[in-house]
Amino acid sequence: MPDIPDNLLYSAEHEWVRGDASPESIVTVGITAYAADALGDVVYVEAPSVGDEVKAGDVCGELESTKAVSELYSPVTGVVAEVNGQLESAPDLINSDTYGEGWIFKVELTEAAPDLLDPDAYADVTE
Amino acid sequence: MTNLETPLLKQHHDLGATMVDFAGWSMPLRYSGDVAEHQAVRQAAGLFDLSHMGELMVTGADAAAALDYALVGHMSRMGLWAAKYTMMCTPDGGVIDDLVVYRRDWEHFMVVANAANREAVLGQLRDRIAAGGFDAEVTDETASIALIAVQGPAAVDIVTAMCELGAEDPPALKYYTAANVLLEGGHHAFVARTGYTGEDGFELFVPADLAADVWTLAMDRGAERGLIPCGLASRDSLRLEAGMPLYGNELSRTLSPFAAGLGRVVNFGRADGPERGDFVGREALAKVKEAGTERVLVGLVGAGRRAARAGYPVVTEAGEDVGVVTSGLPSPTLGSPVAMAYVDRGVSEPGTSLAVDVRGRHEQMNVVALPFYRRGA
Repeated sequence: MPDIPDNLLYSAEHEWVRGDASPESIVTVGITAYAADALGDVVYVEAPSVGDEVKAGDVCGELESTKAVSELYSPVTGVVAEVNGQLESAPDLINSDTYGEGWIFKVELTEAAPDLLDPDAYADVTE
Repeated sequence: MTNLETPLLKQHHDLGATMVDFAGWSMPLRYSGDVAEHQAVRQAAGLFDLSHMGELMVTGADAAAALDYALVGHMSRMGLWAAKYTMMCTPDGGVIDDLVVYRRDWEHFMVVANAANREAVLGQLRDRIAAGGFDAEVTDETASIALIAVQGPAAVDIVTAMCELGAEDPPALKYYTAANVLLEGGHHAFVARTGYTGEDGFELFVPADLAADVWTLAMDRGAERGLIPCGLASRDSLRLEAGMPLYGNELSRTLSPFAAGLGRVVNFGRADGPERGDFVGREALAKVKEAGTERVLVGLVGAGRRAARAGYPVVTEAGEDVGVVTSGLPSPTLGSPVAMAYVDRGVSEPGTSLAVDVRGRHEQMNVVALPFYRRGA
C-alpha cells in the first residue's frame, strides 16, 4: 500500500496538504504516493506561478511521466506563495521524496479548506 | 475477458511490480521505475516477461505455402532458423496484426502475434488454410510457452552466461536468427536474436513450467552486468524511440502497411526473382502501393517540454488540421518529447515545422526521419 502519512491532509484528487488549513496560513502542496505510483516517473512538472490565484478543486498545472499525463489540482483556495524550483531539474523528487523535497507549491490561503480529507478518509479513496 | 496468467506471476509479485491488465493478461507495468528500466536497456540490460504474446504453430507439408498465402511476406523463402517481421492483412489491405515468424523446421513455423490479436490471427490462419486447401494445421501454444526477453548491450554476455558450456553459441547468432540452446540446468530454449527495444537482445521461448527457472537464471547471471526486470511501460518507450510501430496505435485494420512506411514487408515477387503466388490483400495492396496514401507516418520531435500523446491533433503553424498523433511521450534518451503521427503527405518531409494541440495549447514540433534513436549512434 502506498504511504499515507498521519500528519497531512488530502484531497480526493490525490494531493497532500501540509500545514494549518485556515485563512492566511501558508500550506505546502504535493501529490500523494498513490498518485505518484500511478503516474510513474515524473519527467516534467508544470506548476502554477507565484502570485497565481488557485481555487480548491480547480486544475492549476500538470504532471507528465513517460507513460501518462495528469492534471494537477489545487486542493485549497488562495494565492501561490512559492513554487519548488528544484522540480525543474529534478522532477523525479516527486517519486523519490514524495512528501518531502517533492513538494510542488505553497499557497497562502484566502479561505478555510473544510473539504480536505484526514488520512483515514483518504485511505478509503485509494481503495 | 478471461483472466490469463503468465507463469511468472509469482516472480512479478515478489519483485513488487505494478501490474496492469493487458489484453486480458495481468502483466508487469513497471518494477523500479519507467525511466530507470528504460535506461538499463539502453546502457546494460533489461529482463522482460512477454508471455502474453501469442505463439501459433503452423505445421504440415504445405505450412510454407499456407503462410505465403495468409501473410504478406514470402515465407517459403525463409531459411531454417530464420526470423522474419511480417504482417497479416485483410482482403482490402488493412493490417490484422504485425507478426514475427520463425522457421523452426522446413514444415514448422512459429507465428508470434500480439496478445490482443492472437484470436483473430488464429482464426484467420485457419480460415485461410481451409480456403486455400492447404495441408497444414495451426495450434495455439501460447499457454504452454513462456517468452522471456533479455535486451540491451549486455544481453549477449548474459545469455551466453546462461548457457551450458559447449552449447550453441549465442554470440554466433546473427540478428533475426534463432537456435535451440541448452541452458544451464539442462533446459532447452528456442533462443532468437530479436526484440522490440532498438537494442541488441535475445528472446527465449521456453516451456511454461520452466519459466521460473529461466527467469531466475537470467536475474542471477544478469545481476552483475546491470540487468534489471523491466515492465511494459519501458517496453513502450523503448520501441517508440526505436521508431517501431505498435499495433492499435500505428497499425490497424483501416491502415495499410504502406501508410505506416512498412511497404517493404509486402512482397509481390519480382519478374526476375522467385515466383510469388496470390496472397490475401494482394490486389488492394498493389493499388495502394501504386497510388500512395494520403497520410503517412512520421516522427515528430518537440521543442518544448509538453509531450504529444496518442489522439492529439497535428496542425500547421496556421492552425490547419493535418494529422493525428498515434504514440507520444517524453523521450528518456533524447530528453525531448517525441511522437509518431499520421500527417498529410504534403507536410511529411523531415524538417517541416508543425504543431500538436496538447490539451488546448499548440506545441511546436519538427518532422524528423524515424527512428528517433539508433544504437551505436
